[in-house]
Amino acid sequence: MDIASLTIDAVREGLRARTFTSTELTIAALQFAREENRKTNAYLTFSEERALSGAKRVDETLARGADPGPLAGVPIAVKDVIVTKGLRTTCGSKLLANYIPPYDATAIERLEAAGGIILGKTNCDEFAMGSSTENSAFGPVRNPHAPDRVPGGSSGGSAAAVAQGTAVVALGSDTGGSIRQPASFCGVVGVTPTYGRVSRYGLTAFASSLDHIGPLGRSVRDAALLLQVIAGRDRLDSTSAEAPVPDYIAHLDGNIKGLKLGLPREYLKDLTSETGDLIARAVEKLKKLGCEVRDISLPATDYAVACYYVIATAEASSNLARYDGVRYTLRSAFSDSLSDMYRNTRGEGFGAECKRRIMLGTYVLSSGYYDAYYLKAQKVRALITRDFTNAFAEVDAIVAPVSPFPAFKIGEKVNDPIAMYLSDIYTITGDLAGIPCMSVPCGKTAEGLPVGMQILAKHFDEAKMFRLADAFERAGGACS
Amino acid sequence: MKITEDEVRYVAELANLKLSDSEVQKFQADLDEILVHIDRLNDIDTSQVEPMSQVLYDAEETATLRPDRERPGLGTQLALANAPLAGAGYFKVPEVIKR
Repeated sequence: MDIASLTIDAVREGLRARTFTSTELTIAALQFAREENRKTNAYLTFSEERALSGAKRVDETLARGADPGPLAGVPIAVKDVIVTKGLRTTCGSKLLANYIPPYDATAIERLEAAGGIILGKTNCDEFAMGSSTENSAFGPVRNPHAPDRVPGGSSGGSAAAVAQGTAVVALGSDTGGSIRQPASFCGVVGVTPTYGRVSRYGLTAFASSLDHIGPLGRSVRDAALLLQVIAGRDRLDSTSAEAPVPDYIAHLDGNIKGLKLGLPREYLKDLTSETGDLIARAVEKLKKLGCEVRDISLPATDYAVACYYVIATAEASSNLARYDGVRYTLRSAFSDSLSDMYRNTRGEGFGAECKRRIMLGTYVLSSGYYDAYYLKAQKVRALITRDFTNAFAEVDAIVAPVSPFPAFKIGEKVNDPIAMYLSDIYTITGDLAGIPCMSVPCGKTAEGLPVGMQILAKHFDEAKMFRLADAFERAGGACS
Repeated sequence: MKITEDEVRYVAELANLKLSDSEVQKFQADLDEILVHIDRLNDIDTSQVEPMSQVLYDAEETATLRPDRERPGLGTQLALANAPLAGAGYFKVPEVIKR
């Protein structure tokens, strides 16, 4: 058994044929993950006890001849912003270094009820704020394809674990590209579902109107299987949607003939690098597979970064107010008054990027500025969404780059936060509109760095997005 | 210049965030740069647009209201378990009002 290249189907088949038990697989997977983790720092915490008791349940269910569930025995990594009962959840922050959540996120409950085995919690940018995982209080993650480079972020640990083979699939979270961009940098599949498709209950809030939980995997099929399990209405999240969840696997039939694809010119005009060449080759490949490709325009794109960094930071400044030294583990030791205690705890606990965003968010919401910034940004958000609605009246899906460049060197961009913000341009639009979008491996640069292609679809049309991505994957990506 | 160091200090007070002098300097420069970028929002006409505060899509009406039934809460012990300082069933904080 080659642990690093397991699929969900291979785990199911191995358990059925009794090639291994769930307990044997879990022990081997944990050992492999611990060893390999020295190379990447992808995991922050391993949950050996919980994993082994889950595996034992799967083995007992199988021994009874019952169905252990669609994810039975599958080793899964979970981004450390998703709470797990009794299992340390740090959000990559010094503030929560010892935080033990009293409940499970709905996505966690669902994947464990389906037989999934949580191996551990993965490293990320502090409170999911960042594009490189360098903002973690617990050290950066290294890209498995190039150890001197970042894995992307903020779900860098989850993407690295899947790429490295220390998990079959993983959960990440996406507010402005935090699943798709690391998936692209690490050469794996990463999916941001429709807003409301997956319950946010138990996802530590960053920007509530933009936050998503989504799957990462080494294949479209595995990512789709994981989404299938965690999707659907949850009464504990009033923004989760009632919309029925289709059988995603049934749509992976490889048939994309006649599919109409839009190529947004605003996403390609500045793309001159190897990334641009790879996306161009991907488009040629999709045409060969029978898709009809046409140029489209999403004119509000140029305003997206500005819009996003008003809305996301405003919501973050409010959501992060709760870390005040009263309820969540860390309190500054040097305070005489309550207000000093708040200020000192937050000053000592938050890293630079969180502080920067709390400051920006507080500024744009402060007295006299609300209309000029927050209200204006909400209106621009409506225009960005309208662009997509208009586009999807003409095309079935949109094809675009994920990031303007492949994985960069650790430390390379850390002193230029604004340049880092601007590089989120291709991913934040999908979050602002709340549409499903994903990164699927496209090819590699001459240096061997993975590049992802982004697919965007209309609200709740993950099935079509998966069908396209799966057909592209079967055809070998852009370069075969 | 969009924002001064004094304004940075004022915003930090609003945000309950203690910043060092060097952080104030750094954030003044960073916030200034991003606020200059954000100014481009003024170039797009939104006079005919309703603000979007949540994701909107054509879907069946989502039942956002659940029945108002009693449910067990976390309980005091669990709720206090992560507190840096607790006692007698309460969160403990430094003195708020001088006696």
